[in-house]
Amino acid sequence: MLITVSENGWYCAQADVYIDPWKPVPRALITHGHSDHARPGHQYYLCHVDTKPVLKARLGPEIVCETVQYNESKYINGVQFSFHPAGHVLGSAQIRIEYKGEIWVITGDYKLLPDGFTPLFEPVKCHHFITESTFALPIYKFKAPTLIFDELVQWWQHNQSQNLNTVVLCYSLGKAQAILHHLRDHPNNIYLHGAVANLNDAFSENGYHFVGERISSDTNKESMKGALILAPPSAFGTPWMRKFGDYEVAMCSGWMQLRGQRRRLGVEKGFVYSDHCDFSSLNEAVQLSQAENVYVTHGYETQYVQWLREQYHLNAQVMKTQHDNAEQEDE
Amino acid sequence: MNAFAQLFEALDETTKTNTKVQLMLEYFRSAHDEDKMFAIAILTGNKPKRPFSTTLLREWAAEYAGIPLWLFEESYFVAGDLGETIALVVDRNVDMGNEEDQPLSAVFSLIIALQKMEAAEQQQAIYKEWSRLTGTSLFLFNKMLTGSLRVGVSKKLVIKALAQYLEQDEGAITHRMMGKWNPFSTQFNEMFSASEAAIAHHTPYPFYLAYPLDQSFDDLGHIQDWVLEKKLDGIRGQIIFRNNELFIWSRGEDLLTDKFPEFNILQQYLPNGTVIDGEIIPWKDGQPLPFSVMQTRIGRKNVTPKFLKEAPLVMVCYDLLEFEGKDMRTEPLSVRRAQLIELLANPALQDVLLLSEEMVFPTWEDAKAFKNTARHYNSEGLMLKKRNSIYETGRKRGGWWKWKTDPLSIDAVMIYAQSGHGRRANLFTDYTFAVWDGDVLVPFAKAYSGLTDKEIDQLDRWIKQHTIEKFGPVRSVQAVQVFEIGFEGINKSTRHKLGVALRFPRILRWRQDKTAQDANTKADLLEMLVLYGS
Repeated sequence: MLITVSENGWYCAQADVYIDPWKPVPRALITHGHSDHARPGHQYYLCHVDTKPVLKARLGPEIVCETVQYNESKYINGVQFSFHPAGHVLGSAQIRIEYKGEIWVITGDYKLLPDGFTPLFEPVKCHHFITESTFALPIYKFKAPTLIFDELVQWWQHNQSQNLNTVVLCYSLGKAQAILHHLRDHPNNIYLHGAVANLNDAFSENGYHFVGERISSDTNKESMKGALILAPPSAFGTPWMRKFGDYEVAMCSGWMQLRGQRRRLGVEKGFVYSDHCDFSSLNEAVQLSQAENVYVTHGYETQYVQWLREQYHLNAQVMKTQHDNAEQEDE
Repeated sequence: MNAFAQLFEALDETTKTNTKVQLMLEYFRSAHDEDKMFAIAILTGNKPKRPFSTTLLREWAAEYAGIPLWLFEESYFVAGDLGETIALVVDRNVDMGNEEDQPLSAVFSLIIALQKMEAAEQQQAIYKEWSRLTGTSLFLFNKMLTGSLRVGVSKKLVIKALAQYLEQDEGAITHRMMGKWNPFSTQFNEMFSASEAAIAHHTPYPFYLAYPLDQSFDDLGHIQDWVLEKKLDGIRGQIIFRNNELFIWSRGEDLLTDKFPEFNILQQYLPNGTVIDGEIIPWKDGQPLPFSVMQTRIGRKNVTPKFLKEAPLVMVCYDLLEFEGKDMRTEPLSVRRAQLIELLANPALQDVLLLSEEMVFPTWEDAKAFKNTARHYNSEGLMLKKRNSIYETGRKRGGWWKWKTDPLSIDAVMIYAQSGHGRRANLFTDYTFAVWDGDVLVPFAKAYSGLTDKEIDQLDRWIKQHTIEKFGPVRSVQAVQVFEIGFEGINKSTRHKLGVALRFPRILRWRQDKTAQDANTKADLLEMLVLYGS
């Protein structure tokens, strides 16, 4: 097999490289900047140009990091590697691997629905397709994020009319940029948690600029009125958050699809907004790949494998990796 | 229905009770009178019966969604709520807004009409609704189909909002809303009309409920100022005889008159305009029978003579709420009780109506000693009622207290875990516990409550990391975690492996200081059965 799972991560023996390895290795190809895929300690990183600022911001400026553009090929010991838009977060890529006519695609994390900012997922034909399955059950049906953003803005305006601040919990890499891009024409009264601001600053070296003011120790939180505050989920319930006076909190996550999870979290609003695929998107992606062999990783892998076998008569199987089975905290 | 769906969403999004009242108030101010009755019915849990078995509904939902039944079931395990699972898998209009609005009554009518349809016709009607609804409206429709629609407000809050809306007293509103009323035949204006006469003659009074005693008895004053009674383990009920008609209501506001024919005889002997509050309980040879006997009666539709003989019911009466048509609730307990004693002096009533005996103790210490051993006297503890207390509406502090004996307890090992429902979906919160029988762990009880949210999270992680096997939503886990399980009573059972059934089992404490080997044994449980069981 061209690609196997070793104790370090996905491994291509022919090229002697790893993809999104979870243990330190000599050479790592990285699909995207979320911390369960981009770990510290590798001697060499290869990623998309827009992932490099994230890696440097998070893993340190001293890392050895080479970049490619989308659809640009790179040959390592006769194996052809190319990166293709995954639609997940800025810089995210599916990695296509071809050797002697056999083609694999490692999707990393991906989504098909448009968020108005992240380059759209491009289907890549292959023989072997590796997909995650975080939301691989038919109860997960997502609206396009672009539609969710309108609801989010409406809710912010409603809170403003009640003299309340609005705290939106979303990942600092991906969702934060997509939301801020949507708000590019309404730059006032938007504040950013340091984790979000750090990434935005990092992206500026590639020419991306986002609205919003960094919250620092000098920021007068008490004087904020009707503000929108973007923060990572880990900020929820911390003393940092409690200083914003009267506010309502929303969580942006695919998990918000379920009423029980929404209520358990104790936020006022749950926006069903994910950077992952829902069930029908996964099916669409699998079919677009035209792959005969599908390997299903983190999530509802057992159920999704059985579904693919029964519904599409594919050679589907579970592939165990150590990537997070969730839209996790990634700070 | 759209306005109600919006109300439902808004209520779901807040835990603040004041906000909830405010939201309902706004709804009542803007909704049509007709919709209001149906909304109140839903908000207070007065909903139409489930029109068919959920087995069929699951099959239809899977078929409609184009998925195999097993995948539907897997989804259900994760969502933890059948109505919600159906709503999510059949929703084809996620990106669209809701279609044209319809009154809530139309939804109720459809649910009721479905009850009389053939399966094929039901299926067609339901598919039609599924195809045009989305989001919260679709969710509400399916929750009504599965008969499980509950809104996150207590009846008390609904009453509060109505009282503000109508500018009436909460007690009066509570009284008018007692019992089962039909939103199709009840007019909003009629139901909440300020005139006394408008209250239907079958309507029970709101029950006065006691809080558990949470203070020292030193603060209660002289024991002579209190009436002490045995706390019995039956079901709280209200017997009403008005206009020559008898009604028996449970505290859960179910009308039980037909299930309890023992009380029919009262129609001959009770004076019109009588309402009695008491405990309905099976009674034989001067003794109450255990609650398990009561359960055999509650569940039955038809009561055969055999049952009437084996588990004859009485009411142990403790209060008189209405006498000769006069509402007695603002009289002091001493007056109500004296009148009750006089009423029950009629020997013709004494087969089915017993007086709740007053227990006389010289001091609170003596009362406490009795309370601690109450189980030996077929009782759960003591009720304390101030002699001069009026009969309040709902749960109030001060006048009445319940003083229960401590639960029995046993240390047990968790061997299975199952994910919960609703707010606890996708979180392992339902546990099965076992005790040792030799070197084998035998399950004897399930318990759901008693842990803090933090402990639940901690245990959930542990369960996920220490699963031995998965059976659908259930996991067997390594026998490591020990819990102290409390329960109110223990009885013989032919249905349980160990031959005992516990009453109200719950987790008292997570014994992280103990190992599985320290847990109790089957012999320990059987010894308890001998001591306290029946």
